Amino acid sequence: MVTQVTSFSRNGLSDWVVQRVTAVILAVYTLVVVGFLLLGDIGYTEWSTLFDQTWMQIFTLLAILSTCAHAWIGMWTIGTDYIREHYFGSGADGIRFIYQITCIIALAIYLIWSIKILWGN
Amino acid sequence: MQVSLYRYNPETDEAPYMQDFTLEVPGGRDIMVLKLLELLKEQDETISYRRSCSEGVCGSDGLNMNGKNGLACITPLSEVVKKGKLSIKPLPGLPVIRDLVVDMDQFYTQYKKIQPYLINNEPPPSKERLQSPEDRAKLDGLYECILCACCSTACPSFWWNPDKFIGPAGLLQAYRFLADSRDTATEERLANLEDPFSVFRCRGIMNCVNVCPKGLNPTRAIGHIRNMLLQRAV
Repeated sequence: MVTQVTSFSRNGLSDWVVQRVTAVILAVYTLVVVGFLLLGDIGYTEWSTLFDQTWMQIFTLLAILSTCAHAWIGMWTIGTDYIREHYFGSGADGIRFIYQITCIIALAIYLIWSIKILWGN
Repeated sequence: MQVSLYRYNPETDEAPYMQDFTLEVPGGRDIMVLKLLELLKEQDETISYRRSCSEGVCGSDGLNMNGKNGLACITPLSEVVKKGKLSIKPLPGLPVIRDLVVDMDQFYTQYKKIQPYLINNEPPPSKERLQSPEDRAKLDGLYECILCACCSTACPSFWWNPDKFIGPAGLLQAYRFLADSRDTATEERLANLEDPFSVFRCRGIMNCVNVCPKGLNPTRAIGHIRNMLLQRAV
């Protein structure tokens, strides 16, 4: 049975607000990065200098956290819409659970890996 | 013209099937789909469908005609027939009882959830609870719903989670009571709607607006509910 136990906040309004706020952060981040790339001759030095700055590191981490929250709410919604007994039979709950765990692990890996890239050596 | 009709009798059929009919529309007139069904019933009296007022008021004959939900009694053939062909199916998503007759239980269960009646625990005045013309005007576009289920059964979110998503018809009615100046249960009504399914499964694809035979706009009502929930939270 589809339940809201694994929902991001178990509250539709808060999921909805988070989805929209993170979308704005991601949109602004995309514009900044694309804008930087369009500046012209960008090589390793320029790219590395940009990401050495604290504001860019914070902004990037914020964008990654936004991606994780945004993606989880979206993937949870897709899973609870489509992975149901109607299509998958009595094993639907198990399949949806595996799907959700896979999503969480993937997003956690992205997050930790990104922090390592941003602040690692 | 060619008519392809969804047939299913659970007592004799293992699975639903489409039955083809050929018929001449008398005088080539632009009749309503309901009249066409009556003509078909003269050919085969076992054809089952719901109907009552035949003028778009009772909401009994919601059907899927050439892929679009609508009321058979106020849908002229010229509006739906394509290349001389018409396919008639029951409203999508709901369990079929027989032929074009669907089980509306899921739909009514969701309608019941929103408490579709005025709640006011203040002592009643001697005559009636008055409302200003401006407050009354806020109910326009909401009270006209006839609960035909054309909108909710055109909504994928209702197909996927009919036990948890209220659906456009129920939400239009939910807003009808949230917007009513005489209703005092706004807080309780909103509290019942803020879970991830009841309202927030709406993705605003507006299938409901596209099919509503009364020209109503459930998506806008759902937007108002979201705003009320947001204002209540911040």
